[in-house]
Amino acid sequence: MKYSPIKGLSRTLLAAALLGTGIISCNTNQNQNVKYATINDVPDKEPEVIEAVLTTPPMVPPPITRKNPAKVIVRLEVTEVVKEIAEGVNYTFWTFGGSVPGKFIRIRQNDDVEFHLMNHPDSKNPHNIDLHAVTGPGGGANASFTAPGHETVFNFKALNPGLYVYHCATAPVGMHIANGMYGLILVEPEGGLPPVDKEYYVMQGDFYTKGKFGEAGLQPFDMEKALDEHPTYVLFNGSVGALTGDNALTAKTGERVRLFVGNGGPSLISSFHAIGEIFDKVYPEGGLNINNNVQTTLIPAGGAAIAEFKVEVPGSLILVDHSLFRTFNKGAMAMLKVEGQENKEVFAGQTSSKIYLPEGANAQEMPSAVKPVASVANNLEQRVNLGKAVYAQNCQACHQAEGQGIAGAFPPLAKSDYLNADVSRAIGVVAHGLEGQIKVNGQVYNSTMPKIKLSDEEIANVLTYVYNNWGNKGGEVTTKDVARIKTTIVH
Amino acid sequence: MIPGLKLLTAFLLVGICSSLQAQKTIPAGMQPIKGGSFVPLYGGDTIPLEVNDFLLDQYPVTNSDYKAFIEANPQWKKSAVKKIFADAGYLRSWPSDVVTGPEEEKIANSPVTNVSWFAAKAYCECQGKRLPTVKEWEYAALASDKKANASGDAAFYQQSLDWYSQPNPKYLPPVNSSFRNYYGVYGMIGLVWEWTLDYNSSLLVGESRANSSLDRQLFCGAGASGAKDVENYVAFMRYAFRSSLKANYTVANLGFRCAKDVKTEKPIQ
Repeated sequence: MKYSPIKGLSRTLLAAALLGTGIISCNTNQNQNVKYATINDVPDKEPEVIEAVLTTPPMVPPPITRKNPAKVIVRLEVTEVVKEIAEGVNYTFWTFGGSVPGKFIRIRQNDDVEFHLMNHPDSKNPHNIDLHAVTGPGGGANASFTAPGHETVFNFKALNPGLYVYHCATAPVGMHIANGMYGLILVEPEGGLPPVDKEYYVMQGDFYTKGKFGEAGLQPFDMEKALDEHPTYVLFNGSVGALTGDNALTAKTGERVRLFVGNGGPSLISSFHAIGEIFDKVYPEGGLNINNNVQTTLIPAGGAAIAEFKVEVPGSLILVDHSLFRTFNKGAMAMLKVEGQENKEVFAGQTSSKIYLPEGANAQEMPSAVKPVASVANNLEQRVNLGKAVYAQNCQACHQAEGQGIAGAFPPLAKSDYLNADVSRAIGVVAHGLEGQIKVNGQVYNSTMPKIKLSDEEIANVLTYVYNNWGNKGGEVTTKDVARIKTTIVH
Repeated sequence: MIPGLKLLTAFLLVGICSSLQAQKTIPAGMQPIKGGSFVPLYGGDTIPLEVNDFLLDQYPVTNSDYKAFIEANPQWKKSAVKKIFADAGYLRSWPSDVVTGPEEEKIANSPVTNVSWFAAKAYCECQGKRLPTVKEWEYAALASDKKANASGDAAFYQQSLDWYSQPNPKYLPPVNSSFRNYYGVYGMIGLVWEWTLDYNSSLLVGESRANSSLDRQLFCGAGASGAKDVENYVAFMRYAFRSSLKANYTVANLGFRCAKDVKTEKPIQ
């Protein structure tokens, strides 16, 4: 039998206190009070007793605001449940609290935790819990070993702050974990974590089913795939699409987001990455060091990380394991939908789409995309309108949207002396490309314009558009003009 | 003093059986298991364990079997059972002392569950039998439908594992519809867990000096440190299950069957 000196000491102190205040009645909650005494300091008053709030993923319990450690009672129920692992595919998950990952537990450093593990009577297996936040043999595994239909209680003191994985550690351990028995426990440091606007709980895990990815029906666990570490599914929060579409995480622009990310494994290491975001802060491995400006953070099996970032622009951030076949073929994808004002300064969206143009080559012929039957202009107005589209697709990338060009690189078309001086030359340039030195509006340009495969109609339209805009001289270039001139003027 | 007396009285009660059966060589409903040797999942080394010839119930004990036992031995009624012999879940699905379930006829031939080790032991003793040992039970469970020893057979392991991928049915199936193995014994896999006589010594197989160095509490990596066949997940699960139990525990899918020594000069062929 173990003897607890703390208990003995507290009991003595309590007895002394009772004598001192003249209370001699035996009818007190003596035993209950004694249990709550702590090692570090014998408090003047007993710590408060709190029932922990546990949340189902992706939600996280509210931050802890109390200034002192408390006695925290955690009640976690183990159930074996059939749920969808993918659309039309069922799997018997073994769970802490009915979900994969299990419920999120949030406590504070130096809290005394009274942990109740209940194993549902319908469970087929005994289960236990190894909390990586526990200092002590098995992380509580031995002390929490629970047959179906029974409940065990064990106590521990949360000495180290950080984000920790918990998991079932009953043999065969790999199988219990592969069936979804893991979750996260956050031990907040004294003073808590800095406030943020949104907190979410995401946990990766790998699954091994007899059938292939997506094969319908109730799929049994496949031991061989598990031993080979070849998962059928790699998932965030226990099912394909658990965090996409209507289930996506949400935030508004300008908000600071904190992700508590765990990796239950049992086999794979996660290269956790948010497509379209840089983690401003990462607490690698769930410890309290901070790494800034992280693109991809490695989360070991049985480990965790905290990732924080401010969402600046609207859109969907895609959370992935950057071992990308897992994302595209095994389900490891989640989404964070950001809504709010555009911020063009941070991200302007697509400003151009152009043909790639290697420098220094001779006038080149670029392949033209297959086009539907081109529209034919019947008058000047139509020609200008059609020319605008040709310009946007073929010319704008270099000569810019307002024909202003780029000084030193691409000559301007707006108020261009070179352009306005000679229409025939302009037709020839567009039809055949141009290489070498020219002078435009007093500036010397020495570069290459490729021959762009345009029809006579398109050349006529785009030139008419250019001549009728940006302070140029106007007029119409016709298809006939192009057909006639392009054969005579060759640069 | 008083608790001690209570305990003594209770133990005396357990020993009382009102229907001791006469012994036959091979009683009806039992199958002979020819002895041999095998290396158990946990043995500390590779020295095979010897198993003598024994007899094993063909089926797990059913609800109707158990009802008959209670009628003859009312101290094992749900309302009368001593709490030190069975926890509050004892015969949980039975609405009363005499009705085995809401739809009694459906489960008459299904395994009785939610019985404690004390109850199972008493039942077997009242039949002139005993609970099988872990060694005997595991030896008999090595058999697939074709082979007496199917260890290392991946397909057999997977077949056994599939049971865990199915949720508990509302009604357990009749015992004679379950998996029949090489010995003609039903339901050794895929039906219910079963009590064994020495269930709580599952990690103490073999000689005692091996035990002192054991820290094989089946948790984390230590669970595999002493295992002989780390691919036999079903056996792992059985050992883990057994070690989670106490003798007064009752569990919704834990039943039992009985065994018996072979008392004849003639060995089993």
